[in-house]
Amino acid sequence: MAADELKTAAICGMGAGAAGQIEEIFRREAGRVLATLIRLLGDFDLAEEARQDAFAAAIEQWPRQGMPDNPRAWLISAGRNKAIDRIRREVFFREKIADRELATAQADVLGDDCQADEAIFGDDRLRLIFTCCHPALNDEAQIALTLREVCGLSTQAVARAFLVTEETMAQRLVRAKRKIREAAIPYETPDPSVFDQRIDGVLAVVYGVFTEGYAATAGTRLIDVELCVEAIRLGRLLDVLLPNNQGVLGLLALMLLHDARRASRVSDAGDVVLLDDQDRSQWDQDEISEGLALVDKSLGVRGQVSPYAVQAAIAALHVRANDKQATDWPQIVGLYEVLLRLQPTPVIELNHAVAVSMVDGAARALDLVDSLAARGKVTQYHLLHAARGRFLEQLGRAEEAREAYTTALKTATLDPERRFLAARIARI
Amino acid sequence: MNYLLLIYSNEADVQGLGETELKKMMGEYTEFTKSIVQAGHFKAGDRLRPVSTASTVRVRNGKTAITDGPFAETREQLGGYYLIEAKNLDEATAIAARIPGAKIGSIEVRPVWPPMN
Repeated sequence: MAADELKTAAICGMGAGAAGQIEEIFRREAGRVLATLIRLLGDFDLAEEARQDAFAAAIEQWPRQGMPDNPRAWLISAGRNKAIDRIRREVFFREKIADRELATAQADVLGDDCQADEAIFGDDRLRLIFTCCHPALNDEAQIALTLREVCGLSTQAVARAFLVTEETMAQRLVRAKRKIREAAIPYETPDPSVFDQRIDGVLAVVYGVFTEGYAATAGTRLIDVELCVEAIRLGRLLDVLLPNNQGVLGLLALMLLHDARRASRVSDAGDVVLLDDQDRSQWDQDEISEGLALVDKSLGVRGQVSPYAVQAAIAALHVRANDKQATDWPQIVGLYEVLLRLQPTPVIELNHAVAVSMVDGAARALDLVDSLAARGKVTQYHLLHAARGRFLEQLGRAEEAREAYTTALKTATLDPERRFLAARIARI
Repeated sequence: MNYLLLIYSNEADVQGLGETELKKMMGEYTEFTKSIVQAGHFKAGDRLRPVSTASTVRVRNGKTAITDGPFAETREQLGGYYLIEAKNLDEATAIAARIPGAKIGSIEVRPVWPPMN
């Protein structure tokens, strides 16, 4: 009792400090509280409302009555009770027997397990991630839901990330949540028989969040940086929830090794700086060493090889070398060949060709790129033409190089890329 | 929760199957149906005759118009269905994946509204 009084006194005395402390707790607990409320209530919207009600109650009660010993349990319990009130109220207005029975049943299910341990909260967050990344939802909806529900970004922030209006994004989120409810997408960690497939889907969403922010890094938009930060945070969370998973380790490593070079990717004038020309002193050494350690760890995990681990291993070879000459290009070519077997996509074929040019020369690389173009998979792809231009330039075929760069310029959309290509054309 | 599993395939592909293949597939369907009946998922299911036998009915301004053929020309045609009960979408899609027709066509999984009261 005395301790509580002391706490109350301290909070009342602190004023703004107490508000800050409560805010800090909300920020820390928002995701866990929501995940557990969704499990308890079986409904996203109801859980979101309940969490809001719980936070409102906390703001009102904590400064007066003192901080609870376990704020998280308090918030979940308050949220659950508010939700039961809400269900009862709605049922009272509608007065449908079926609903009333449902409400009673729901209230019964909401047993008193708010004191659950860390493991259960972890499970709830993992369930939420798997639900938001369910393959029955379209790719954009998966990313948007994950940002909104797991990362706790506002609808407005998610809308900004997707370059749509807040209203459009709100509608998309409503539609996705309605599908979860009406098609009965389960709030569960998937069955072992499909687990690996489903975790691949989750990793694709996390990497999608990252690339959404990273690809546009030319823009200094705050939201882009925020997306990279959120993706890395999600990667860390997955690593805690699913320790020693090669795909998770590889993806987290890959994101860290890319993110570490963020500052050096774009010059002060906003132009693209190629890896070879990047100022290595600008690289974030903490992220680099964490990323490199994760690459080693991921390669030590046995079982099916994850494409993310291979990509991270490639990124690690680039980062470990002190300059272009010191880079272990033959090993990079080998890793791209492994990657091509796992994911035969045009982008990887293109990167493979660039690596080959460093080992076998531009002529061989040009053959590879031309064969890729001949298969007609990527004619509109500006990177393909940019690579062709580079190889042709190296081979001294200036006129053809200029042509290739010009074609690339026509389809490139990002300003810094366009400036880069224009500079190349001017140089020839 | 009830789900309707709509079995779509290109009729030409199915008609192109040899007699042994067709027989094998029919056997697989019998096996599959038996298994979902035993597991308590089965509510209904039928094989449909080809779209060349289909008619479409529309009522406009009180007048009934009957036309030949299906509602829309599509690459894949509805060839049959199962109505099943499953605990959630994951269970329903796992059952859908076991339908023999999933290997040559596709299965649309649609949740069914609960009956109105």
